[in-house]
Amino acid sequence: MIEIISIGIVPILILIILGHGYIKGVDIYAAFIEGAKEGFQTAIRIMPYLIAVFIAIGIFRDSSALEMFTDILRPITNLLGIPEEVLPLIMVRPISGSGGLGIVRDIIEYYGPDSFPGWVASIMMGSSETIFYTMALYFGSVGIEDHRHTLKASLVSYGISIFTTIFISRLFY
Amino acid sequence: MLNTIWFLMIFIGIVYGIMTGNIEAVNDVILREAGEGVTFTIGLIGIISLWLGVMSVAEKSGLMNSISNLFRPVVRILFPQIPRAHPAERWILMNFIANMFGMGSGATAFGLKAMKELDSLNPHKGRATNSMAMFLIINMSALQLIPLTIIKIRYDYGSNNPTGIVGPTILATTLSTMIAVIIGKIFEGGKS
Repeated sequence: MIEIISIGIVPILILIILGHGYIKGVDIYAAFIEGAKEGFQTAIRIMPYLIAVFIAIGIFRDSSALEMFTDILRPITNLLGIPEEVLPLIMVRPISGSGGLGIVRDIIEYYGPDSFPGWVASIMMGSSETIFYTMALYFGSVGIEDHRHTLKASLVSYGISIFTTIFISRLFY
Repeated sequence: MLNTIWFLMIFIGIVYGIMTGNIEAVNDVILREAGEGVTFTIGLIGIISLWLGVMSVAEKSGLMNSISNLFRPVVRILFPQIPRAHPAERWILMNFIANMFGMGSGATAFGLKAMKELDSLNPHKGRATNSMAMFLIINMSALQLIPLTIIKIRYDYGSNNPTGIVGPTILATTLSTMIAVIIGKIFEGGKS
């Protein structure tokens, strides 16, 4: 059922929007072209920012520096009651969406989908977002260089959310 | 801050790579990711164009307006600095809705449009406004309600209850977004 909704949502939405426009007498073809014209420019504008972020994340990840950091943090996070198994996910999630998903898959494969680590990892992955990519993308698109408090606020709330998410996971497990 | 983090990620990565004899992997990843940045952007062009086209229809038919009238109070509370009925309101809402339903590429297209509108209200170009910061902070706190990809993975690995995570995930997402809004409001201080 969920799968049908997920596959159907985009076509059905397009159908509703275009159908509504047609009934209202909008020249939907011309309107579509007018809007779509902006797509190319918009995408090209964000390219340098994406390259910059991708490279930094790639180097940090593939040099195993990320693993080193995870190992350094482990004793501290253990003390704070963060399940050791999901620590790599906590570290990777803000910098890479596909990386985070890969870790969730590993955790589920190794501990099982209904184990506690598999449970926490699933919930954590679904309730967090890739921070650095999103910021580079959106700020880059309008040439904002001074981000002010954005990153700080985001990282602090991510930090707090980790604990609330673990708490919720325990509650419902 | 991003300046420092960006440098540190590259610096630590390369130095650590040299120390552990991993420099080949570092070299490979630099070349690969530079190309990946280009392919990724090109991959986005089609989907972004599609959504901007479809939404242009919704804009002209008045559908977008009806939806933003419905949810306007939410925007008014979160973004008090946006003038009433400014186009930024609409695109922010479209971005939130697309995000909630897990339409990532649509959300990106609308989000970029929202940023453009927010920047038209920006008195200091190149510097983020409170509204921009809040918009991103909310986006980076995750809004998606049903994590379909995760459910699929759980199903594939034989979970007894693949969708069991939906309730807790919605709760966790709601909480994390509320936390993000509060922290965002605290950190923005009195400045515009």
